[in-house]
Amino acid sequence: MPKFYPLELNVNGEWKRAVAAPQETLLYVLRERLNHTEVKEGCGKGDCGACAVLLNGKAVNACLALALQAHKQKVVTLKGIGTPEQPHPLQESFVKHGAIQCGFCTAGMIVSAKALLDENPRPTREEIKRAISGNLCRCTGYKKIVEAIEEAARKLR
Amino acid sequence: MNERTELKIIGKPIPRHDAWEKAFGLTIYAADFSMPGMLYGKVLRSEYPSAKILSIDTSKAERLRGVRAVLTAKDVPRNESVTRFGQTHTMGGGFEGLYRVLADRKVHFMGEAVALVAAEREEIAERALELIEVEYEPLPGVFDPMEAMKPDAPQVQMGRSNIVTHYEVIKGDVERGLLEADVVVENTYRVPFVDHAYMEPESGVAWVDENGVITIRVSTQVIEHFRGVAEVLNLPHNRVRVIGTYVGGGFGGKEDITVESFLALLAHKTGKPVKLTYTREESILSHSKRHPYVMEYKTGAKKDGRVVALKARLVSDAGAYVYLSPWVLLYSMVDATGPYRIPHVKIDGYTVLTNNTFTSANRGFGAPQVCFAYESQMDELARALRMDPCEIRKMNYLKKGEELATGQVLEYHVALEETTDKAREALGDKTPASGKIRIGQGIASGMTSYGRMVFLHDTSRSHVSIEMDGSVTIRAGVQDIGGGQASSLCQIAAETLGVPLEDIKIYIADTALTPLAGTTTATRQLYMSGNATLKAAQEVRRTLLKKAGEILNIDPERLDLADKEVVDTEGTGKSLSLTEVVKACASDGLPLYHVALYRAPFRNLTQYERIEGKVFPDFTYGTHAVEVAVDEETGKIQVLKLIACYDVGRAINRLSVEGQMEGGAIYGMGYGLTEEVILEKGKTMTPSFSEYLLPTSMDVPEVKTILIESGDGTGPFGAKGIGEPSVCSIAPAIANAVYDAIGARVCDLPLTPEKIVGTIKGKKD
Repeated sequence: MPKFYPLELNVNGEWKRAVAAPQETLLYVLRERLNHTEVKEGCGKGDCGACAVLLNGKAVNACLALALQAHKQKVVTLKGIGTPEQPHPLQESFVKHGAIQCGFCTAGMIVSAKALLDENPRPTREEIKRAISGNLCRCTGYKKIVEAIEEAARKLR
Repeated sequence: MNERTELKIIGKPIPRHDAWEKAFGLTIYAADFSMPGMLYGKVLRSEYPSAKILSIDTSKAERLRGVRAVLTAKDVPRNESVTRFGQTHTMGGGFEGLYRVLADRKVHFMGEAVALVAAEREEIAERALELIEVEYEPLPGVFDPMEAMKPDAPQVQMGRSNIVTHYEVIKGDVERGLLEADVVVENTYRVPFVDHAYMEPESGVAWVDENGVITIRVSTQVIEHFRGVAEVLNLPHNRVRVIGTYVGGGFGGKEDITVESFLALLAHKTGKPVKLTYTREESILSHSKRHPYVMEYKTGAKKDGRVVALKARLVSDAGAYVYLSPWVLLYSMVDATGPYRIPHVKIDGYTVLTNNTFTSANRGFGAPQVCFAYESQMDELARALRMDPCEIRKMNYLKKGEELATGQVLEYHVALEETTDKAREALGDKTPASGKIRIGQGIASGMTSYGRMVFLHDTSRSHVSIEMDGSVTIRAGVQDIGGGQASSLCQIAAETLGVPLEDIKIYIADTALTPLAGTTTATRQLYMSGNATLKAAQEVRRTLLKKAGEILNIDPERLDLADKEVVDTEGTGKSLSLTEVVKACASDGLPLYHVALYRAPFRNLTQYERIEGKVFPDFTYGTHAVEVAVDEETGKIQVLKLIACYDVGRAINRLSVEGQMEGGAIYGMGYGLTEEVILEKGKTMTPSFSEYLLPTSMDVPEVKTILIESGDGTGPFGAKGIGEPSVCSIAPAIANAVYDAIGARVCDLPLTPEKIVGTIKGKKD
């Protein structure tokens, strides 16, 4: 039986308590203990970006962060970016541009895009491509994703 | 019945209902689902590509606290049966291969499932795998299909030849044709193993419900594997229910059974819900791959450019199990000539067992492999004859009404000339070369079937009903794998019944509750289930308009349904609200629902070895054009422009169609440039996305999509399928552009920097 330690996380603006073993990842705790299944596991090795979340405002792969390292810190997932009642312009533009097909990369994509737009409200297409270069998508060929991020950037300005 | 000429919902770029749910993180994918008291499953896999299993000792694993079941082949009620892919029609003739749930006595590839564990926590299940003791005796294996064809090669599966299938296509007299040719070009092309690399690894949860039905909620392209799973358990078919989730990408890799039988066995044994999700590495090691092919092509043409002969030999590596290999090879056989008029043809095809990871469906299903060969050959002929690559193609393209080498008549529009012209024009002038960067342009055309082979007697069903308030419900057993399969059906029903899209709700992919709609494979769902849904909605429409005609005292032929009203198309201003008509129908006891069955054209094979006559319902045709920059020092290729021009018949949803064409183009670009599952003596050397290289956002050009809408497809509203055809001709277009840039041909995919540098160097030497 591994030793568990208490963990406090601010997820999408709400403080949550959980336990975590030292080797458990932030991804594992978010999905398995806190029911944040909107965060996806695509590879578990930091290769695909499906599990990206904002940790203190920076996009990180939750599969590479240890849960206990995030103790008392702020995590934002896709659900913290916007909701059906209060959609974020990124969510609206992803839908309207057809940037979502199977949708498995979407949570990570929107998180990476949010991190970009928070820092750089006027990104070029090249900067957008660089910002999502750690997020693999097998369905779209990226074009509509880049266009969706461009439009959301325009709306947010 | 009157058909509305102006369409309101069909053809528009409408956001899909499932996209909203996905954007908010509300979609519950297979691995996102949990149940109280749920156990976690794990699979023990073979560490050898070929070995005898001398013994398996599970006692230590069983004694581990928290372990609830350890299963091996002896625990599987029916461990061996045949592979089926949702079809209810048995083909025979070697088409159905062996389906073995767990290895028994022997392992045949590295990653083959040997034992199953269910435990209270995932890490306990992992620990239990380590405690299972399997004693192996390694056996010699065979890893090259050419070697495996030799009579003295190690036998991969006991009691059968390594050669799974041999097919022929014969037309005219190929030797005479080659003699008559003024030029003959001859090349051997090789294409690699490819992983589907869907972002969502295989996953599912199974439980025994209160009626004793084993219920499996799973990410799959084929819910109709419920029959196969029932047979594994020796249960009646109606005791297994499969619920398909929204799938995080399929591309053919979730066409075969993945986790279903394992889950059913563990849930049946423990009586508890069980979840099983593969790791990425496990996914790459254990699921099917795209078939590698060796393709020897000899093509002859007259001085004026007319192609007169093609002699080809195709050998595909089936890996250790047959699965869909004969079917994939059959597709390649039909497509092997490309869409060209060739009087003398002889194609031989073999698919051969090896101790490599098994191969099966992958987007394009045998079409992209041969397209790489025949389109490289067309450019080779153009060079030999000093002709323009577009002109030689246009001279030889088949036209509607003409026949393939198999004798199948092309019954619907063949959009090759116009797609070639449009793609070529959109490519524009060549970007100027600079320094060590060389620039090249290339085109390639393709044909890919949509709909399953006519021997499969394919059908689909859809249930459309209208509620008392005029809202509409669709029930159809389609699996939605991200292509908008479900939402397209909503558009078709909304258009036909004159209601807004928001008023439609669709229930999909449940073998117990939705009428079976067949597989989401073979680019068939829009064609098959689209037609079934159209037919069902038209039947409901007919009932409504007939009743409305009675009430209004107007010939129903004059009436239309639009904006939730019945209106007189002859402008008398007479109308009736939809709900009034619905209520009137209900009072009269008229059916406010219809379940329609759509039947594809059927034809039986008269014999198996020689492929003749109609094989597919129809094909989708088109052309890709690309411009590449090749760094002659590093060999790195950058695709600068990519034009995708295909005839989609009719775009039901423009956004979804563009999405298929853009995504398909990049899927094909990966095939051309970077993707290869490398196996060394059966061991996968590329088990993660650090080694298996998918195109990233930094690698892709701006894909320009040009849709041709001939309206001459066999799907609803004249649609053709585009899911798989969108991939077909990218890789050869890139290879042709690379030739244009460096003046030499690379015949092996992927076009890695090493191969490019080697080819440039070879040319200089």
